[in-house]
Amino acid sequence: MRSLLNRYVKLAVLCLCGLGVCGASSAQNGTVKVGVLHSLSGTMAISEVTVKNATLLAIDQVNASGGVLGKKIVPVIEDGASDPAIFSQKAQKLIQQDRVVTVFGGWTSASRKAMLPVFERFHSLLWYPVQFEGNECSSNIMYSGAQPNQQILPALDWAFEKGKKRIFLLGSDYVFPRTANLILKKHIVQGGGTVVGEEYVPLGGTDFSSIITKIEIAKPDAVFSTLNGDSNVSFFKQLAAAGITQARMPVMSFSIAEQEAKSMGPSLVNGSFAAWNYFQSLNNPDNKKFIAAYKSKYGKDAVLDDPMVHGYVDVLIWAAAVKKAGSFDPNAVRKAATELGWTDSPMGQVKFADNQSLYQTAYVGQLQPDGQFKVLWQSKGALRPEPYDALAFPGKRCVVK
Amino acid sequence: MGHAAIIAGQAFNGVSVASILLLTALGLALSFGVMNVINMAHGEMLMVGGYLAYVASRIAHGPMAFLLALLLSFLGATLLGALLELTVIQRLYGRPLDTLLATWGVSLILQQGARSLFGAIGVEVVAPRWLNGSFAVHSGAFAGLSLPYVRIFIVALTAVVLVSLMLFIARTRWGLYLRAVHQDREMAQALGVNTRWVDLAVFAVGTGVAGLAGAALALIAPVTPTVGQNYVVYAFLVVIVGGMGSLLGTALAALSIGLITAGAQMFTSVSLADVLLLVLVIVFIQFRPQGIVFKRSRVMKEA
Repeated sequence: MRSLLNRYVKLAVLCLCGLGVCGASSAQNGTVKVGVLHSLSGTMAISEVTVKNATLLAIDQVNASGGVLGKKIVPVIEDGASDPAIFSQKAQKLIQQDRVVTVFGGWTSASRKAMLPVFERFHSLLWYPVQFEGNECSSNIMYSGAQPNQQILPALDWAFEKGKKRIFLLGSDYVFPRTANLILKKHIVQGGGTVVGEEYVPLGGTDFSSIITKIEIAKPDAVFSTLNGDSNVSFFKQLAAAGITQARMPVMSFSIAEQEAKSMGPSLVNGSFAAWNYFQSLNNPDNKKFIAAYKSKYGKDAVLDDPMVHGYVDVLIWAAAVKKAGSFDPNAVRKAATELGWTDSPMGQVKFADNQSLYQTAYVGQLQPDGQFKVLWQSKGALRPEPYDALAFPGKRCVVK
Repeated sequence: MGHAAIIAGQAFNGVSVASILLLTALGLALSFGVMNVINMAHGEMLMVGGYLAYVASRIAHGPMAFLLALLLSFLGATLLGALLELTVIQRLYGRPLDTLLATWGVSLILQQGARSLFGAIGVEVVAPRWLNGSFAVHSGAFAGLSLPYVRIFIVALTAVVLVSLMLFIARTRWGLYLRAVHQDREMAQALGVNTRWVDLAVFAVGTGVAGLAGAALALIAPVTPTVGQNYVVYAFLVVIVGGMGSLLGTALAALSIGLITAGAQMFTSVSLADVLLLVLVIVFIQFRPQGIVFKRSRVMKEA
């Protein structure tokens, strides 16, 4: 048994060397390892594989321009398998066994919460690319995804500007929708609007008949949806079957980006709204370069979206911070990252704030028949990230050590 | 929307939820009632039906393509059910726990198979054009009531399946065999009924009907590898409340569960409505453990 195991281990090492993952012996001084930890299997794979791709593209680009501190970056790719427990194990494996200097990864809040203690215990650094519910502040995580005040609250500002004051809140039943709606409710009331309904369906729920009846009775000006995954398809299908059009009752979704629109079929969600910090249709030179580079690496049918750009930008900012710090030490790097100042990126100008979240611009877009968003609105400049909403969590502040 | 319209609309929603539940539960009720087999892979038959409808909708186009999809789902799930019966269940008769484990394994294999073939994210079946839109009432007491054609279609399909199955069992020779085996397996065998064939037919038809449920569900929800899991638990509830092996009981149970859910969801949240439903079912089986309609059978006496 033992010899068999040994043989497998040797085989695995050989395979990894073949892929260019090791090489520690040959070029110890010429390379530096970073971890890339996303779900490559299970339910989250559809979303996370593309973030992994964008992360690898950025690593390629940094290597092509000479690497960092004279070293070539070697990604060690691990599969979180859509399971928070596995994310935690793999994070520990990357830090202890592979000795990576930092890790790019995570998607669900559950996966981030599972990895957080690992990064704190080993004083390492995680770059997290996805919008989330805030209400968390760790010195060992760089939160580049939107805080609530950079995605859901700007969407509310937009709705109020358009005179949409009666809001119906609909979400899947887990931490992000519950927290997002807690914050939204406070701001809707403060802004003089009305919450005309708040409903949750279990993750993967498929029957929306009663909820649609409730929506019809409540007659909201807009539905704010934090539904996740396949529930979106059921909801939009049953909404259409009930004869409710986007013109009559617009739906603002916080979990539908270009990838999701593509896999759901753009005709189903055509005309609905979304708020993100990046749309593929953004018109700026960095975005054009990014789209071209991604398509030439992964095929011309690829679509790009918000979490992918965050995964990409995280690597570039990490490389810049390492150069500024002159070291790979996580503590030096995270400090340097917050002192870099503004950088151009495909999503506009960004920089890390002293609370280790990203200053970024919020956009509201409307889905077009081709699955792309038409940008309708943007916030006045980049918004300062606020991990703790002042109305929902008064008195809490994010101070990193 | 007036109160009458809201109540009528919710009642209709309840009936439409009940329809899918009933299509799923019919096969379970039959296989449990006649063969005393608990098939944990039954939900996956619904999933397979949904994916077959998807495949059919990719191959065939035109207004009648969906009817073809229904046929394909039914036949495909029937064949798969027959295969499952011949390879696994037949060899495990009289060993209910082993059957439970084996069919659970089959359900995992089928789920992973679907994930590998079609991907983790759901696929979509676009409803044919003649099912777009809804039946709307514009005046009178029910003004504002709107019943989507897709849901009306699902209710009608279920009614047709239920009536045909009832007629089949009540009026045909095969139905007679089925009833005989249900009442007393050994006596039926002694009188020359080929119980092997009856078991196979019952099981295959039951899974075929679950396949139909999958195709019908695909009209209003995406088909995912785990879609069966969402429905099979409720289908088991329907079977327990309805009384094992009775089509009428199963139908009544599905209808009550659909209506209770739709009613409760109007006053509470979706999750709380589920809790309420489970509590009601537990209380119900305390007072009437044999279910709504009880049919005496040898299997039941032994069990």
